[in-house]
Amino acid sequence: MHLTPDIGIWIGGLLTLGIFSFLYGDNPYYKFCEALFIGVSAGHWFVTLFWTVFVAKMIRNVEIGLNTFITQGFSAGMADYMHWSYIFGGILGFLMLLRLFPKIGWISRWSLAFVVGTTSGYYFITYLVSNGLRQIQRTILPLYVHGDFYTTIGNLIIIVGTFCGLTYFFFSKEHKGTFGGLARLGIWFLMITFGASFGYTVMSRMSLLIGRMDYIFGTWLGMLG
Amino acid sequence: MNFYERLMNLDRRWVYLVVGIAVIIPVLNPFRVPVYVTQEVKAIYDCVESLEPGDILFLAIDYDPQAMAEVHPMAKAIMRQCFAKDVKLIISALSQNGPGMAEQLISELSKEFGKKSGIDYCYLGYKPYFSIVILGMGQNFRIPFPTDYYGVPLDSLPMMRGVQNYDDVKVVIDISSGNITDYWIIYGNGRYNVKLAVGVTGVMTANYYPYLASGQIFGLMGGLKGASEYEVLSKQGDRAIKMMSIQTTAHIVIILFIVAGNIGYFMSRKKKIK
Repeated sequence: MHLTPDIGIWIGGLLTLGIFSFLYGDNPYYKFCEALFIGVSAGHWFVTLFWTVFVAKMIRNVEIGLNTFITQGFSAGMADYMHWSYIFGGILGFLMLLRLFPKIGWISRWSLAFVVGTTSGYYFITYLVSNGLRQIQRTILPLYVHGDFYTTIGNLIIIVGTFCGLTYFFFSKEHKGTFGGLARLGIWFLMITFGASFGYTVMSRMSLLIGRMDYIFGTWLGMLG
Repeated sequence: MNFYERLMNLDRRWVYLVVGIAVIIPVLNPFRVPVYVTQEVKAIYDCVESLEPGDILFLAIDYDPQAMAEVHPMAKAIMRQCFAKDVKLIISALSQNGPGMAEQLISELSKEFGKKSGIDYCYLGYKPYFSIVILGMGQNFRIPFPTDYYGVPLDSLPMMRGVQNYDDVKVVIDISSGNITDYWIIYGNGRYNVKLAVGVTGVMTANYYPYLASGQIFGLMGGLKGASEYEVLSKQGDRAIKMMSIQTTAHIVIILFIVAGNIGYFMSRKKKIK
């Protein structure tokens, strides 16, 4: 056992134990670690966004734009819209902050409307292609592939699974008779999918636990070879 | 209260304790379990292996430190494989808490393989709003990243001369713990048609199999298991392989708990019906 002299690793180890202490029950040590984590994360976010967005994008570009106006005149300044147009982003960002003042908070909706409108417009086509059309395309498969038994079975499962899964989400007709049977089969496919997802989730959470144990016993306590 | 009812009312802290012990014992007494390689991981390995010295691979390190245990071995193994084959790397870190961690990995491996920044690899670092960054890089890497992580202009880096956008890289591999992967698929592959493979956390893995089936990604590494498979193939590192024994022990304990919970549920329900 070789305890590390690194103070940072000691802090990490003690904070890890603090978070784990919640498994026994809520306690002040856990509360402290949780609050520290949230505070540090928020602080890190704020500083990073301030320097990489507010300063690096808006301030610098607007500064260049204004400089063009001053040194090269109005026409050249107007032509340099790629720089000074960042001011509009700044104004929209400022309007968002008006939510802090209830009387004029409604103005922040303009910024939100701009963000929601442009984002949905921009994402519509790309999402439609990659998450819609390309996926639909791959379910249009041959029901029988000559000489390839496994592909045939795989194709049948995909086609039947997709059709029955969609049937389950069709609520305009009562789930009875043949239609109800297909919907029930759809539930089975969905459950198997959720089961696979759950299995991967367990694996993932265990990996994180293993990572922390490795940190505590290896990096911190030096008990591993 | 009979045995089954007691089983149903078991304090969850006992479960935590047993799972904790099941993890700690193999951590302190490691053993090996066989790792079977899947086709989706082998596809990534084969692709990297087929690259010639001087080819460029884009490695997107898009995870935060909390996902290190799962996906860090993937990034490490791929980077080692590339450096060993003299494949050049362009590396980005689009997750907000990831750049420092990525830098640590790059400096560790570049020292080990004697690789130099700007000649053998180019670390672009972090820029916010990953979807816009991914789109921007499709036009020119210099739009979102006029300089590399260390502040050196891209044009002054020897390996970046003549390298404009995704057309100049052979393949993009995204190692991720969040929805950045979605944007690599939507914009990277969907819009710019990049040859894309992904390595993701276990939680995310099942969601990306449809993209594998549709050919939008050509390879998929899922969680620690995917990482261990890659380590087996590339023979670069064994951290994930070692962890698989712990993973296996923990899974056996959880399966036993699930079985016990179900027995308790059905038996106590049977008693109630009677």
